[in-house]
Amino acid sequence: MVQSILSAKDVVIKFSLRGRVLTAIRGASLELYEGQTLAIVGESGSGKSVFTKSFVGMLDTNGWVESGSIVFEEQDIAKFKGDKQWSTIRGKKIAMVFQDPMTSLNPLRTIGMQIQEVVELHHHLKAAEAKKRTIEILTDVGISSPEDRYSQFPHEFSGGMRQRVVIAIAIACNPKILICDEPTTALDVTIQAQILELIRKLQEQYNLTVIYITHDLGVVANVADQVAVMYAGDIIEYGTAGDIFYNAQHPYTWALLSSLPQLGIKGQPLYSIKGTPPNLFNEIKGDAFAPRNPKALKIDYVERPPYFQVSPTHYARTWLLDPRSPKMDPPETIKHMREKFVRYSV
Amino acid sequence: MSQTTNRELLIDVKNLRVEFNVKAKEPFVAVNDVSFHIFKGETFGLVGESGSGKTTIGRAIVRINGTAGGDVMFKGRKINGDIPKALDYEVTQKIQMIFQDPMASLNERAKVDYIVSEGLYNTKAYKDEGERKAKVEAALAAVGLLPEFASRFPHEFSGGQRQRIGVARALIMEPEFIIADEPISALDVSIRAQVINLLSELQKSKGLTYMFIAHDLSVVRFITDRVAVISKGKIVELAETEELFAHPLHPYTRSLLSAVPVPDPIEEKKKRAIYYDPLSHDYSVHKPKWVEIRPGHYILGNDPELEEYNAMLAK
Repeated sequence: MVQSILSAKDVVIKFSLRGRVLTAIRGASLELYEGQTLAIVGESGSGKSVFTKSFVGMLDTNGWVESGSIVFEEQDIAKFKGDKQWSTIRGKKIAMVFQDPMTSLNPLRTIGMQIQEVVELHHHLKAAEAKKRTIEILTDVGISSPEDRYSQFPHEFSGGMRQRVVIAIAIACNPKILICDEPTTALDVTIQAQILELIRKLQEQYNLTVIYITHDLGVVANVADQVAVMYAGDIIEYGTAGDIFYNAQHPYTWALLSSLPQLGIKGQPLYSIKGTPPNLFNEIKGDAFAPRNPKALKIDYVERPPYFQVSPTHYARTWLLDPRSPKMDPPETIKHMREKFVRYSV
Repeated sequence: MSQTTNRELLIDVKNLRVEFNVKAKEPFVAVNDVSFHIFKGETFGLVGESGSGKTTIGRAIVRINGTAGGDVMFKGRKINGDIPKALDYEVTQKIQMIFQDPMASLNERAKVDYIVSEGLYNTKAYKDEGERKAKVEAALAAVGLLPEFASRFPHEFSGGQRQRIGVARALIMEPEFIIADEPISALDVSIRAQVINLLSELQKSKGLTYMFIAHDLSVVRFITDRVAVISKGKIVELAETEELFAHPLHPYTRSLLSAVPVPDPIEEKKKRAIYYDPLSHDYSVHKPKWVEIRPGHYILGNDPELEEYNAMLAK
């Protein structure tokens, strides 16, 4: 049985912006299982980065966790205040890899120093030992001739190699959880494939639990054990990769899958979601996706749906799962995916 | 679309070479001996990794980058190098470009009205203010934006809307050929579909020809008729889209195809990535040639390699 390592419940995160208050996360809940990979998908502005940043206390200074709990190692880290408390978790237990390897490294220091700094701080090693450990880590992330690379600067590395260095810094203190925020978006597809494989290898070697934040459903299919779909600051559907790809229940997940060009038929218009996501400054009533959903029910505009359980692993926030709702089938384009669901479950 | 023989050629690129740092002893060759043609009304895809030279080819066609050799023919006339001013005028009108990042490609301090009519101002392609206004309105309507948006600034729009402004700016010149340089890479999944649909609607209604530069092969497969794969400034394979996806021959093409993630966990988890080593080609004895290995399917390879490719096709 897989064990839960981090559990977020009804988290509400707010930001104050030019005198107005914006609700970025509206009561999202999440369960993270040890050793597994969770992918969080959603459009830009859906709150996927903000939500995970609250796990490491890295919200911008104008943001705060209003309510809810994030339990990690029997502590409610949502209540943490100040860097002193956070430094016991951030980097040490939960580390983060960011999107752009061009900006997340210090251009003025050698990459060896940047990794060694972490090793010295967290493992309390002396310089010579720390260097040895740094070179080991460089080898682990697949950088060839690490002794020479140790004393080079970020500009001497290609984009893919730089992302490997960023990953090296993140794993240098043996974290339990690794959060990868769009780690491959800025990279070419062939490099992307290599980085995904590297993270998978490290996951086994370092016994990591990984959270991927991405908008690319192809990447999700590649890496994910669990998938959380975010829309307008809320997790609207949560399940195993098979649940989400082959047995999706929420109209937004349907729309997301149907608009993939891989499923489109050449020469015919691609399915597209009308309109834009809601403005989070305004209060959202009912199902946030209802205004863009042509088949929305009346109740979708009135009351926010609770989580309905589809299977022990699969939850969705949609009134369609209420026994009183009319039966609605997913769009034609993704119906054939259902057949694979049986194969996947076996 | 296999009746390639009697179709009208719009763009014909022959042995194109583009160099940077021309004054240096050894200039950097960004595009090396590239040849392809684009038929009227089709969507031609150009795929490759960053730094492969795909954008440079696009920019060389619209005369942003100078060429160091070869010819670019537009409707049978040479348009690169020194050309008469009148032809230059015509080319800059008839060939338009759409850029990747709608956040960076619009002037933040200009209103949409100015952004969209900038081409008109430069070519003075309007009689009076009334005609210009009407043209702006028509261009905005064609991309699904309201006429009152003309008086707004770019920051008031979402990413998808901004990309529509970029398309309107190209359309107002009544182009025949549009070079779309990664027009949807910076957009969200749900907005992507809207822009793809818009581009194909416009192609049908206005009879446009596209050159679509991209690295996302799933999108390329969906919208292009023919695709060229480019690596390190050279086109290594060119074929009709379905042919290329069904029978990829060049190791670089195969590695690209294997690297694209498929949104299907079962397929994706059993997939194996193929790595491409550019040094694996031994061109010391046999020089590589650009050969039509099957009707419409071109590939770069030397004799031993071509034999191998033929064997793969025979299977």
